[in-house]
Amino acid sequence: MKSPSQATGPKNTPPGYAAQFWLLLRKELAVEFRSRETAAPMAVFAVAALIAFQFSFDLRGAVLTLVAPGVLWVAIIFASLLALGRSFAREDERGSLEGILLSPTDPGALYLAKAAANVVLLTMLEVVIVPLSALLFNLQLLQPALLPTFLLGNIGIAGVGTILSSIAAQARAREALLPIMLLPLLVPVIIAAVRATGLAIDGRPWEDIQPWLAVLAAYDLIFVVLSALLFYATVER
Amino acid sequence: MTIETAQSSRGADTAVVIQCAGLEKSYGQRSALRGVTATVAEGERIAVFGDNGAGKSTLLRLMSGLLRPSGGRIHVFGRQPWGREGARVRARIGTLSHQSHLYQELSMRENLALYAQLNGVPDPGTRADELIERFRLAGRRADPVRTLSRGMTQRVSLMRALIHTPALLILDEPETGLDAAARDLLTRYIAERGADVTVVLATHSIDLGVALTTRDIVLRNGAIEYDSASHGVSSLSSERRREQVAEQIAPRATLT
Repeated sequence: MKSPSQATGPKNTPPGYAAQFWLLLRKELAVEFRSRETAAPMAVFAVAALIAFQFSFDLRGAVLTLVAPGVLWVAIIFASLLALGRSFAREDERGSLEGILLSPTDPGALYLAKAAANVVLLTMLEVVIVPLSALLFNLQLLQPALLPTFLLGNIGIAGVGTILSSIAAQARAREALLPIMLLPLLVPVIIAAVRATGLAIDGRPWEDIQPWLAVLAAYDLIFVVLSALLFYATVER
Repeated sequence: MTIETAQSSRGADTAVVIQCAGLEKSYGQRSALRGVTATVAEGERIAVFGDNGAGKSTLLRLMSGLLRPSGGRIHVFGRQPWGREGARVRARIGTLSHQSHLYQELSMRENLALYAQLNGVPDPGTRADELIERFRLAGRRADPVRTLSRGMTQRVSLMRALIHTPALLILDEPETGLDAAARDLLTRYIAERGADVTVVLATHSIDLGVALTTRDIVLRNGAIEYDSASHGVSSLSSERRREQVAEQIAPRATLT
C-alpha cells in the first residue's frame, strides 16, 4: 500500500496566517455592513445613554471633566456588548463558524479578524459619539492624545470581548453570560482609558498621559496574544 | 461491538485515507461512538447507515476534523484531522452537512470564492464560476444566499464542499434539501472523479447509499454492527445489497 500522504487528489497550498486574517476580516466587515445588524443598534444605544446621562446629572465646571470621561467610556463599553454578543452568536446560529473550522484556517487568524472587525465597529461608534459628547457636555475633545487612548481602549475591549463572546455563544444564557464575564476583566481598561481621557481633556502634558497609555498597551498585548493562542480551545468541540 | 474491517481490495498501490482504531466520542455522560475501528482506502465509496442517534454524524464530524475524539485514534491522510496540525488534512476534505455553512449576507459567488481562497485554490473566482455553471445557478450568482430557496442553498452548500476538488468527500445526509437534479449532478461528479475521490456518505436512504457507494457500514448505538467489507459481500447486486442493509438496519428484538 502507498503511504496515506501519497493518496491522489490536488494538494492545494492554504494561504498563510496574514492572508487568512485579511480574507476573514474582509468577510466580517462585508457581512456586518450588509446586515447592519450591530452598528446601528450600537450607535442608537450609545447616543441614548449619553443623552440620558446629560439629563440625569448636573455636569458643570470641575465635576464635568471628572465625570464626563467615565460617562463616555461607560456608554462605549455597554454599546460594545451589542457587537461582541453578536460576533459569534450569529456564526453559531447559521453554522458558518463550522464552515470556517472545516477549512484549513488557523483559529488564531479567525480570532484576530473578528477582534479587528470589532475594533472597526467601535471606532465607527466613537466617530459618532465623541463629537456628540463634545456638544452635549461642552468638552474640548480635539486633543491628539485622545487618538491613541481610544485606539488602545478599543483593542482592549475587542480583544477580551471577542474570545469571551466565543465562549458565551455556546451557552444557553449567552446574553447574560457575556457581560458577567467581560465587565470584571475590563476594569483595568476602564480605569486607564478614563484616566487618560480625563487628563487629555484637561490639556495635561503628554508625560502625564503616557503611563496610562502604557497600561492600556500592556493589557492589549497580553490579552490579544494569549487569546490568539488559546482561541482554538474555545471553539473546539 | 467492534468489527475490524478488512483492507480494501483495490490493490497494493492503494493508500489508506481514513484509519480509525477504537474510536470513541462522548458528550458529557452520553457515549455517541464506542470503539469504532475501520479503514477506508483511497477511492473507496462507503455508505454509513443507522437510525437517528446511531453515531453517523458524530463519526463523520470526527473524520472531517470538527470533533476531537474522546478516546481511540483517527488518522485521515496519515494525520489527525483536527486542530492546527490538521490544517493540511482539512484542505483535502470536502464536507456537506446538515447546516449550509454559508454566510447569508454574501452572494453565492462570494461565499464560494471565500472558501476557495481559504483552501488555497489557485484561481478562486474562475473555480467558483465553473461550479456555479455546472450546478445551473448562473442566473443567481450575485444574489445574497438569504434570498435563495432551501434547495438552491443546499446546492451552493454542495458546491462549497467541492470548491477545492477534495480528495475525500464527506456527505452527511445529502438527500436533505437536494432535489433529484442536484443529486444527479452529485452522482455524475463522483463518477467523473473516479478513484481520485474517496467518499463517505451517511444516509437514511438505502437507494441513495447503494447508488453512490460500493461498501456498506451499519452503525447501532455508536458501534459498527455490520460492514460489508468484513462480511465478504463486496460483489453483491444492488438489489441484494439493499436487502442486506435493510435487514441490518431493522430493529433488533430485545430479550426481557
